[in-house]
Amino acid sequence: MSRTVGAPQQVQAPPTRPSRRKAASADQPGWRKWLLYAGIGVILIYCLAPFYWMVVSSLRRPSDVFQTNLLPQPPSLQNYKDAFAPANHFGRALFNSVFVAGTVTVLVLIIAILSAYALARLKFRGKNLALSFIIATSMFPGIAMVIPLFSLFTDIGWINSYQALILPAMSFALPLAVWILVAFFRQMPAELEQAAMIDGCTQGQAFRKVILPLAAPGVFTTAIIVFVAAWNEYIIALTMTNKFEYRTATVAVTFFTGATGRDIPFGSIMAAGVILTVPLLIMVLIFQRRIVAGLTAGGVKS
Amino acid sequence: MATIEAPPTTPPAQEAPKRSIEDQRRLAAGLLSPTVLVLALVIGYPIIAGIRQSLFSTSQEVDPSGFVIEGEQFVGLDNYTAVFSGEAGERFWNAFYNTTFFTVVCVAIEVVIGVAMALIMNKALRGKGLIRASILVPWAIPTVVSALLWRWIFDANGIANAIINQQILWSTDGWQAKAAVIIADTWKTAPFIGLLVLAGLQVIPNEVYEAAKIDGATAFQQFRAITLPLVRPALLVAVLFRILDNLRMFDLPYVLVGPGKPSVETISILAFLENNNTRFGPAAAYAVLLFLYVVLVAYAFVKLLGADVIGEAREKTPKPAKGQRGLRPIARGDTP
Repeated sequence: MSRTVGAPQQVQAPPTRPSRRKAASADQPGWRKWLLYAGIGVILIYCLAPFYWMVVSSLRRPSDVFQTNLLPQPPSLQNYKDAFAPANHFGRALFNSVFVAGTVTVLVLIIAILSAYALARLKFRGKNLALSFIIATSMFPGIAMVIPLFSLFTDIGWINSYQALILPAMSFALPLAVWILVAFFRQMPAELEQAAMIDGCTQGQAFRKVILPLAAPGVFTTAIIVFVAAWNEYIIALTMTNKFEYRTATVAVTFFTGATGRDIPFGSIMAAGVILTVPLLIMVLIFQRRIVAGLTAGGVKS
Repeated sequence: MATIEAPPTTPPAQEAPKRSIEDQRRLAAGLLSPTVLVLALVIGYPIIAGIRQSLFSTSQEVDPSGFVIEGEQFVGLDNYTAVFSGEAGERFWNAFYNTTFFTVVCVAIEVVIGVAMALIMNKALRGKGLIRASILVPWAIPTVVSALLWRWIFDANGIANAIINQQILWSTDGWQAKAAVIIADTWKTAPFIGLLVLAGLQVIPNEVYEAAKIDGATAFQQFRAITLPLVRPALLVAVLFRILDNLRMFDLPYVLVGPGKPSVETISILAFLENNNTRFGPAAAYAVLLFLYVVLVAYAFVKLLGADVIGEAREKTPKPAKGQRGLRPIARGDTP
């Protein structure tokens, strides 16, 4: 990547695929190519088959749920109606999930951008220590946080409240965001800031007016990854709520009840699973290249 | 860049563009303080409160209306010594064994599958977008949903039994429940490892392979002598994070198989159930022990294998001179 100063498109998502591959395997013998295609096929089936089964199961009629053919015959949306049956409180749970995950994402990004900038750009003693420390906290076991906080929140009356879901979720979302953002900020050429500062900016202004706009794609990617993590959260929501009004969707879906009582209503559960997954999948598919860059940013490139 | 109209409060910019060390430090402290504050609240406080709580015993009395009678007593290390004796000890060690077993087996399988996936993806010419998109599908599915999905697949009348034409009660208990958890976990996270390894593979310059080919190296030799050492840093970080993630495994066995099943009870589940039963002291003790276990494993991993989590080595690697891109340790600051 050339470090052309002031060429914003250069600083977007880091390149994930060098073009040299094209030449690499063009001269492969035929059987190798077929082996490769077979391998790709296996990967696709491996990743997609279970998901496909969820979708198909959700589109059967509830009475056909144990069918094993590959297409629903006849297709039906009854499971989706059942998922939103009043007893399941799924609509409310979806709202809670959106609200909690959204708030966590916004709060975390505001805080993380500041810290990530400091860790990526400023020179000060103990920088690596601070970064290691923040990353280390992301590995803190959820249960070790949930148990003392449950006692605390019981004492101060926070059980069944949004803040009891949002605040603990920052424990994993914040380090994650800092980690990815540091990697993104490090990729941006330092000359940009220096140029801005020669033009009379303070470092803070250089950050606000030059770095931040250019880092927007990285920030956006981080937002998606943090949102996915917060959306998937389970143990906090399970511990801190016992009323449906505050349950998030991941918890609510485990409390689905069937018409007959003891049976697990797999049809409507699969439908709810599809509803919980599809918005994320759409985002992921649209921004897949960016997301891959973000996910690998901390681990591989920085 | 647009010229910047300095607001009146801003100090005039006559100082040199390189700010002094002192200024940078003050700015850094200011920028880091919100993060430190939040983490102190949601990580620091639980560590201290958890240790304290683990030294107390709450009265287990529940009054007729279902409320817990307050009665906290200092019991010293009793909650910990219980781990080494009696029924509670047996249950803890079973959970400890399960946690370790899941971690070792899952991560081992995931690394093998993940590396294989990455090697295939790296060779793929067409359909890269499709592969990448499908690899992100398991990642994007919430763990709870995937647990429910696999519970459905492994239902007694489900598709898994239909395919292998057996009547296995997967989600009841025993080895089959363990297998179900391992399969479900592997499905969700092996592609993720594949993704990280692929990113590591893609920064290996092709010339290295060509040189090896000229020297007569076989494909396997190339894999061992070039690919593996060069993706090692990326792989190590991925493996470390997968290990630490699996040590705290909760959602998957809890939802896929259910609470109170000894064959899949992890330390997290045990602590959660104890907390639910208002046995807060032991619950906190188990959580503290899990925390220490995680710290120990992470420390050993970083010290013994040198996993470079923060990319500090890469920072320090000097930028190579132009055109000189040989076999130096991967310095990923400079993507080609």
